[in-house]
Amino acid sequence: MNLKVNRLRLKEALSGYLFVSPWLIGFFGLTLGPMLFSLYLGLTRWNFHEPMSAMKFIGLGNYKEIFLHDPLFWKALYNTAYYSFFAIPTGIIFALFLAMLLNQKLRGISVFRTIFYVPALVAGVATVVLWQWILNPDFGVLNGLLKLIGIHGPAWLFDPAWTKPALIIMHLWGVGTTMLIFLAGLQNIPSHLYEVADLDGANGRQKFLHVTLPMLTPTIFFNLVMAIIGAFQVFTVVYILAGDGGPDNSLLFYVLYLYRKAFVEFQMGYASALAWILFAILFGLTLLVFRSSSLWVYYEGEKR
Amino acid sequence: MSKHDIFWRRQSVQRKIKVVLGYSILLILSSIFLIPFLWSLSASLKGLLQVYAIPPVWIPKPFHWDNYVKIFKLLPLLRFFWNTIVITTLSLIGQVFSASLVAYAFARLRWPLRDFFFFILLSTMMLPTQVTLIPQFMLYQYLGWMDTYLPLIVPHFLGISAFSIFLLRQFFKSIPMELEEAARIDGSSFFRTFWMIILPLSKPALATIVILTFIQKWNEFMPPLIYLQTFEKFPISLGINMFKDVYMSLPHYIMATSMVALVPILILFFVAQKYFVKGIMLSGLKG
Repeated sequence: MNLKVNRLRLKEALSGYLFVSPWLIGFFGLTLGPMLFSLYLGLTRWNFHEPMSAMKFIGLGNYKEIFLHDPLFWKALYNTAYYSFFAIPTGIIFALFLAMLLNQKLRGISVFRTIFYVPALVAGVATVVLWQWILNPDFGVLNGLLKLIGIHGPAWLFDPAWTKPALIIMHLWGVGTTMLIFLAGLQNIPSHLYEVADLDGANGRQKFLHVTLPMLTPTIFFNLVMAIIGAFQVFTVVYILAGDGGPDNSLLFYVLYLYRKAFVEFQMGYASALAWILFAILFGLTLLVFRSSSLWVYYEGEKR
Repeated sequence: MSKHDIFWRRQSVQRKIKVVLGYSILLILSSIFLIPFLWSLSASLKGLLQVYAIPPVWIPKPFHWDNYVKIFKLLPLLRFFWNTIVITTLSLIGQVFSASLVAYAFARLRWPLRDFFFFILLSTMMLPTQVTLIPQFMLYQYLGWMDTYLPLIVPHFLGISAFSIFLLRQFFKSIPMELEEAARIDGSSFFRTFWMIILPLSKPALATIVILTFIQKWNEFMPPLIYLQTFEKFPISLGINMFKDVYMSLPHYIMATSMVALVPILILFFVAQKYFVKGIMLSGLKG
């Protein structure tokens, strides 16, 4: 009997490994292996067009150069941080606002839901190209509309002071995914909580502050983490709008800089070091948000 | 009129004001959201002179429907669509296949180091792709996969999306154990149980994976940019990017191309809207 149980156990363990093997291969071959190699590459000087034997170990040389002698790195970091600082909070607040509008019991609400979501669905090269023409200072519709209300619009993508605000506007247009996740969070709030609040005579503002917002904190937390990761990895938009970094390098974002080091200049060692710095920044920020979550994220009872 | 009636009258007036206000804000905002599409549609139907009109005009005069014919001659758009479909479909198959198998092992089977590897899986979600990008590039170069679709597809067969695996594992765990135990007692193998019982019950979660992967692959830009060189192999994203650079001075053609590029994904969305919306909503709740 015992023997049979053991044999079943063994069979289950073998099946387990068999089932998980695609991921194991992927993990070792495409994640862990490359990670270790990238860590090593970051400590070398090597151009992709040289033979592997020309790879030269320089210790922390790349990191030293990046931090001490690379103004473009600081520029890219500044641009990315600037964008993130404004795009993340405005994006989350705007998405929540849209979700609350959609959470009303109104007829035809799904039409509006579609309109707000579609820009996020189709986000990619095509929409960036559309925006490039919309933002054209002379022939674009945005400045055309601004003129109607008496505002002389800025040069947007041609003026270093206005490139990032333009990007933030585009980002707000594409918050549909965040909005849907908020909508799901809103619909998940049990209605009896609002009924109790009504009995207590709470007004709309009080209900929002004391029921909606606390119950939504797990969703805000999720969206915040996703937004941080997304903002620091912006690439397609800036590559399409300004593959060269834009006016005064004002659109040289971190991943665009990394891309150029790796796949234009082929400085694989240097680019790997850049990738690890990005990882460290993202890790630090996410850790900060996770650590702070016990202060502001409310989890209901045994959920999670 | 009693005090009571006045109270209810006031309530219903308040409700009406709320409805009107709700609709007004929704209408204003949705018009703003639609402007980029409507404007681009209008630009795509203009002639060269009108595209460069100051101030911008909304209604093309005359309507240049032929723009949409010309772009198909300037650019192998159908070819680009076909390439995108090939890459997306194969990636989807790989993603569903590998993520569900792996998720089943994490959700239901007992094997040594399972919890350890699950922790590792969760940690990889944190890893930005840039960290592994360069060595992966070198690996694919070494394997002779440059300028093929393999670097874009194969990772999906190897469970590259930790998020998909996690999502499915959570879903599998919510399926009552009794259903499986009955099959197990009947002597059904693990794979058979997985295939015949678990998968059919997991359609909502699988639909979520399919939709998230579809959106990601259809719009994907950086990987094809890095791995593909031959024009004929380009997906639509690379095609538009190249077209934009070559025909910079003909924005009406660029607008028309972009509008065409949006059509397939929009059609798919309207056909399967329910699944799209539910799928994305579920991704937030389970995550």
